[in-house]
Amino acid sequence: MDANIINPFINATMNVLGTMASIKATTGKPYLKKDNVAKGDVTGVIGLTGAANGTISVTFDEGSILQIVSNMFGEEMTVLDDEIADAVGELTNMISGQARKELEAKGKIFHAAIPSVITGKGHKVIHITSGARIAIPFETEKGSFTIEVCLEG
Amino acid sequence: MDLSMKILVVDDFATMRRILKNILKQIGFTDLHEADDGSTALEELKRSKYDLIIADWNMPKMTGIELLRAVRASDEYKDIPFLMVTAEAQKQNVIEAVKAGVSNYVVKPFTADQISEKLKKIFG
Repeated sequence: MDANIINPFINATMNVLGTMASIKATTGKPYLKKDNVAKGDVTGVIGLTGAANGTISVTFDEGSILQIVSNMFGEEMTVLDDEIADAVGELTNMISGQARKELEAKGKIFHAAIPSVITGKGHKVIHITSGARIAIPFETEKGSFTIEVCLEG
Repeated sequence: MDLSMKILVVDDFATMRRILKNILKQIGFTDLHEADDGSTALEELKRSKYDLIIADWNMPKMTGIELLRAVRASDEYKDIPFLMVTAEAQKQNVIEAVKAGVSNYVVKPFTADQISEKLKKIFG
């Protein structure tokens, strides 16, 4: 696993959650993910092109995303609804943007599409590209979430 | 800064429109309106006179940079201050926005203080 690719996504995630939601997440050990089952209840996916082609996804469990969005809005969110799904799309967009900024400084220019969001217990996230799927687990006070990065080339 | 100014917040994500409007309300603005992409923003501009546009870059149908170019090309709207608030943080994007006539540029994620500072820079 290339730390030059993984670290910008870890840094971006910490920055986005710290700035927009005042949440400090702790990072677990990145691993190669073999199956397609999402590690949570709601996923944001965004396509990347440029220095390499692929997708990144961010999957939150209910506890983590309700806390994150509650902090972002300044009011308690209690249900995984369309507002939460919309927020996951925007969080994915921001994480992608911050990571691409750091990757640009390393000479890798990426362009991003508009994110999509998938919800449901046990939903699947299938990255079409053939590259290795690197999963980065995070823990927050109220739950966990995972970033998957799948880039080919 | 005139807190009674009419502001149009343009973003395809309701989350971001809500966060921006919350921040603008905290600053003291009250006349806040929203649109979910560039084309609906242009329709809104035709309906009413605005004092500030705050827009995202990446949006379906009509992007923020296309909206900015359309605004600057219009005799009627060309002088409206335009704050870009976007996840697009790469140098090329900032240069493109400056060339298109953006008034200022905020990279997501942002704090309320950063939005406030940028508005002070625009309005003096």
